Amino acid sequence: MYILGQQLINGLILGSIYGLIAIGYTMVYGIIGMINFAHGEIYMISAYLFAIFLALAGVFGIDSLPVALLFTLAFTIIITGLYGFTVERMAYRPLRGSTRLAPLISAIGMSLVLQNFVQLAQGANDQALPPLYHGVLRLGGEEDFVQITHIQIIIVAATVISMAILTYVINNTALGRACRATQQDRTMANLLGINTDWTISLVFVIGASMASVAGVLITFNFGSFNFFIGFVAGIKAFTAAVLGGIGSLPGAMLGGILLGLSESLFAGFVNTDYKDVFAFALLVTVLTFRPTGLLGRPEVEKI
Amino acid sequence: MNRYFGAVVLAVALLFGAAGCEKKSDVIKIGVAGPITGAYAKFGEQLVKGATLAADIINAAGGINGRKIEVVQGDDQCDPKQARAVANSFVNDKVYAVVGHFCSSSTIPASEVYDEANILQITPASTNPQVTDRGLAAVFRTCGRDDQQGNVAGDFIAKQLKAKRVAIIHDKDTYGQGLADATKARLRTHGIKEVLYEGITRGDKDFNSLVTKMKGLKVDVIYFGGIHTEAGLIVRQAREQGLKATFISGDGIVTSEFASIAGPAADGVLMTFGADPRNLPAAADVVKQFRDSGYEPEAYTLYSYTTMQIIAEALAKNDVTNDGAKLAKYIKATSFSTVMGSKAFDSKGDLKVTDYVVYKWYPSGGGKYDYKEL
Repeated sequence: MYILGQQLINGLILGSIYGLIAIGYTMVYGIIGMINFAHGEIYMISAYLFAIFLALAGVFGIDSLPVALLFTLAFTIIITGLYGFTVERMAYRPLRGSTRLAPLISAIGMSLVLQNFVQLAQGANDQALPPLYHGVLRLGGEEDFVQITHIQIIIVAATVISMAILTYVINNTALGRACRATQQDRTMANLLGINTDWTISLVFVIGASMASVAGVLITFNFGSFNFFIGFVAGIKAFTAAVLGGIGSLPGAMLGGILLGLSESLFAGFVNTDYKDVFAFALLVTVLTFRPTGLLGRPEVEKI
Repeated sequence: MNRYFGAVVLAVALLFGAAGCEKKSDVIKIGVAGPITGAYAKFGEQLVKGATLAADIINAAGGINGRKIEVVQGDDQCDPKQARAVANSFVNDKVYAVVGHFCSSSTIPASEVYDEANILQITPASTNPQVTDRGLAAVFRTCGRDDQQGNVAGDFIAKQLKAKRVAIIHDKDTYGQGLADATKARLRTHGIKEVLYEGITRGDKDFNSLVTKMKGLKVDVIYFGGIHTEAGLIVRQAREQGLKATFISGDGIVTSEFASIAGPAADGVLMTFGADPRNLPAAADVVKQFRDSGYEPEAYTLYSYTTMQIIAEALAKNDVTNDGAKLAKYIKATSFSTVMGSKAFDSKGDLKVTDYVVYKWYPSGGGKYDYKEL
């Protein structure tokens, strides 16, 4: 029984990890209809920044772990936000208004540039953090128990909270209105006095900060990273976003958790070798019956 | 005029370039290939450092018959496609012999390219049986084979650990799965049937569901065929979930990086590897030179050094020929004295004597971990 419980928790955590990265993907797609392949790379960069700032926090004599973590998170968000802004300014804005495929190619190029930049600047080795914190919640007996670490609880909470906040911002604030207007008709939004360039930049900054929240928490959880983690994480998160319906924020979370649970349960009760095969088979099945994903709305052709 | 100027310059340059190549060059190029970048770069570094120091010392002593060795590096990132590309570029570069590659899954496809070009290849690190079992004329290795390594691991699990419930995990790679299969076969001869045999994916970070599954199966020994990046995470997540089973793996985790990924979970992890060459009296001088330069010659560094020594001696005794078959014939008939002691090869290209032993990771103070022979 505790095995099933533990596997469900494993799946929930893995799913939240996918969801947390997927939110940034889906956010950008929802507003400008473009898949930002460099998102995984921003996530990877934030893992490096996390390690760097954590070391700096130590140098500055910040001993308390929560304070150090908040300090690190704040600086990581600022810097990755700058990355998000720069990437959009350099690689996507000049291509706005060209064909649909041009920014896609540019995004893949950007992802390669960032990957190689980090590889050259930081080395190709795996980097590791020592386990800093051991807090864990255990239910059950001495041997048979179900457990979740405090960091994992924070990851699940962060996914739910950021999904909720962003949904609220998009639906209920002036900024959200500007975003939705930009998404629906850029020219008209411009005519009505919305600075669409600025809005899109802001969306990228928010997307990048989501990636950095994910990067910090996930690195803290697993403790190892290299310049290539963005690619693997990006693929899974993208799958989660598509499964949930790309463009939908609750969909990203739902897709992530569904993907995580299916991988975890399949690996746990059937076979680890084929867990990815099973997860992608699930994606294909869902897309066959719901081509726009679980919570995605069918695209209306604009006239 | 301007339009053609560039083309003319290019044509002239090519002409002179070609003429330059025709001139018999004085250096002897020897390729060193391995994962110089990528997740397994630590092992690539060992290969390059070992071969380069050997070449430097040979050059300082006058080179091979008066000609200097030039080490040419090739980065295969442990990717089979990249390995073939590196092999082709070595062939075009006219290297005399190759030290490498590291991953068996790279060594095997690359060896086909070298075989066609009749170039000698000696790998210091690829342990999969298929490397030498395919009957290629000029492929050797200065390390052991996974069937030998698996035998030592299998015997140890059965006799010393007296395991009842063994889980075998591999990373679906030529090396990892080959090693896991060898150990599995040996365990069967002891009458131990594994309770779990599954493959993980390289690059994954989350192995919690596998760990929970092993917990449910109440395994007492986990055998892992694969490399330290995944091994470190598996053992770390196992300890986090309170799974106390003994973790044992092979030569793929012999690097300090394993301990930095695993953290305190590294304590008590076992692995099979050749008897530590750093303790051999023949290696003392070279080990000192490495340490003086600020590099600890762990794992495959001295294997790579030895490989370069064997290549240099074979070239010196055969008028610096690049004929792989001829060099191979000489190597099979000779016993070499190297920093790792005397080395002789059988007709397949494997070492006649191998010396796998079991090592254990232990805390060496200051939050660091080191390994020693049991």
